[in-house]
Amino acid sequence: MALDKQTVFKIARLARIYVDEVDVDRYASELSTILEFVEQMDKVDTDNVAPLSHPQDRVLRLREDKVTEKDQRDVFQAAAPATENGLYLVPKVID
Amino acid sequence: MHSKTLKQLDSDLRQGQYSSVELAGYYLDRIDRHGALNAFISVDAEFTLNQARKADQMLKSGESQALTGIPIAHKDIFCTQGMLTTCGSKILHNFVPPYDATLIERCKTRGLVNLGKTNMDEFAMGSSNESSYYGPVKNPWDKHRVPGGSSGGSAAAVAARLAAAATGTDTGGSIRQPAALCNLTGLKPTYGRVSRYGMVAFASSLDQAGVLTQTAEDAALLLNVIAGFDPKDSTSVDEPVADYTSDLCNDLGGVRIGLPRQYFDDGLSAGVAQATREALRELEKLGAELVDIELPNSELCVPCYYVIAPSEASSNLSRFDGVRYGYRSKHYENLADMYMRSRAEGFGDEVKRRIMIGTYALSAGYYDAYYLKAQKLRRLITRDFELAFEQCDVIMGPTTPTPAFELGAMTSDPISMYLNDIYTISVNLAGLPGLSVPAGFVKGLPTGLQIIGPYFSESRILNIGHRLQMETDWHQRIPGEFE
Repeated sequence: MALDKQTVFKIARLARIYVDEVDVDRYASELSTILEFVEQMDKVDTDNVAPLSHPQDRVLRLREDKVTEKDQRDVFQAAAPATENGLYLVPKVID
Repeated sequence: MHSKTLKQLDSDLRQGQYSSVELAGYYLDRIDRHGALNAFISVDAEFTLNQARKADQMLKSGESQALTGIPIAHKDIFCTQGMLTTCGSKILHNFVPPYDATLIERCKTRGLVNLGKTNMDEFAMGSSNESSYYGPVKNPWDKHRVPGGSSGGSAAAVAARLAAAATGTDTGGSIRQPAALCNLTGLKPTYGRVSRYGMVAFASSLDQAGVLTQTAEDAALLLNVIAGFDPKDSTSVDEPVADYTSDLCNDLGGVRIGLPRQYFDDGLSAGVAQATREALRELEKLGAELVDIELPNSELCVPCYYVIAPSEASSNLSRFDGVRYGYRSKHYENLADMYMRSRAEGFGDEVKRRIMIGTYALSAGYYDAYYLKAQKLRRLITRDFELAFEQCDVIMGPTTPTPAFELGAMTSDPISMYLNDIYTISVNLAGLPGLSVPAGFVKGLPTGLQIIGPYFSESRILNIGHRLQMETDWHQRIPGEFE
């Protein structure tokens, strides 16, 4: 499928990746090439085939709903771009 | 000293021929002298030597186990407490993890020494190591060529003997392909065999950690350290772990080797085809039997993979938001803009392409046509292998269609780059174990033979690799400059 500019901007917004007006044509052409390539999948009839999400068809293990981690807030927040009083700082969302 | 295998170094350390500190110092010096290969992203001599000192104490006090004191390099995808972990990306340029990946922890407990973090394609997305934010890695066999990827730094480091072995990860061929292009043994274990905890996630239903070594025997020794159930990884499989060295010398009489017709078709270069045939002849001499088989959906593995892997990546990489860790843009207008600009500036081109493909494949109205279709095809591809294993014990073919290509040769054409993994990708889709072993040279460049086994047959494929290496000397060759 050949993507138009509008679709590229829409995907970029969904993916939370800023795409500049000057790059949009390049993205449209590169992504379209990849989509055309993967559409070879249509050669095979898969109507009665069940999807496979785990290579050995296993179900993922669940664990007990119990707290097992220690409190390491300060250690983890040391890697954050901006924190204050144990909170992550982001631009103001609500006036 | 650097031409020694893990097995030999282990024996030397135990006999006290040198200490772990001396050995680590020796390799650190080699890494420093061969910096031009760009095989490492992070090296911290003091960090390494501290671990070596501890290992020497273990060796002295008799608490040591196999491989205690041996320095190895780790792909920069594994979280290492106190050592930078970038995953080849600008977005993690300053990320020092507060914890160790399970694989790292297992190595540490054994007293293995961390020599440093190796270069890689950004978020393991690539087959040439050229998508790294930290620059491409050079192939020690020809510095104008790529080492393969995504574990390209690990492969170059071991090929140049800057480390005796290295860890890697393999989502579509990222251990086996660079191993083939750099004349190494590369093992991707069965999906779920080695814990993914603390390994930066790319495509969670495909990712698997493994090793790049000089010999199959070394791969078995290292797998003994890293394999096993881990409650911290929900995809870790609770199956018994063998001693992977115990079957290495088994006789190959009567072993049936399946050769998929599709792996020897027009896409395969003549030189690699000939090298593969010669390696197979050696195995025939050892009593193995060659059987022609079919993997009918082989051609569709790459298209299927390039829907599933980007879809999972687009979901996994949503965690990089410039809030909790990593890079944050300096210029933004509001919260949404901060996310978008941090990600646009922090990710490289290939990563952004794949996130966008994945986002599209998962988006409303397109999910059935792309993601669901690919998952159905994945079942057919997996079934092809099940049927094939009714006729043979292992499947073999070339690891890659050509030897190493030149730097820059494919960077402007993503599809031809993707097709490098045509023989390796299906193994990840099916979750099988795969081993690449050296199979001789084409015009001075190494080639690889791939050995694919049924689930949890690591002992068997390592056995075949080891027997081949007892009869041939391709795996012992080191590029001239690094001898």
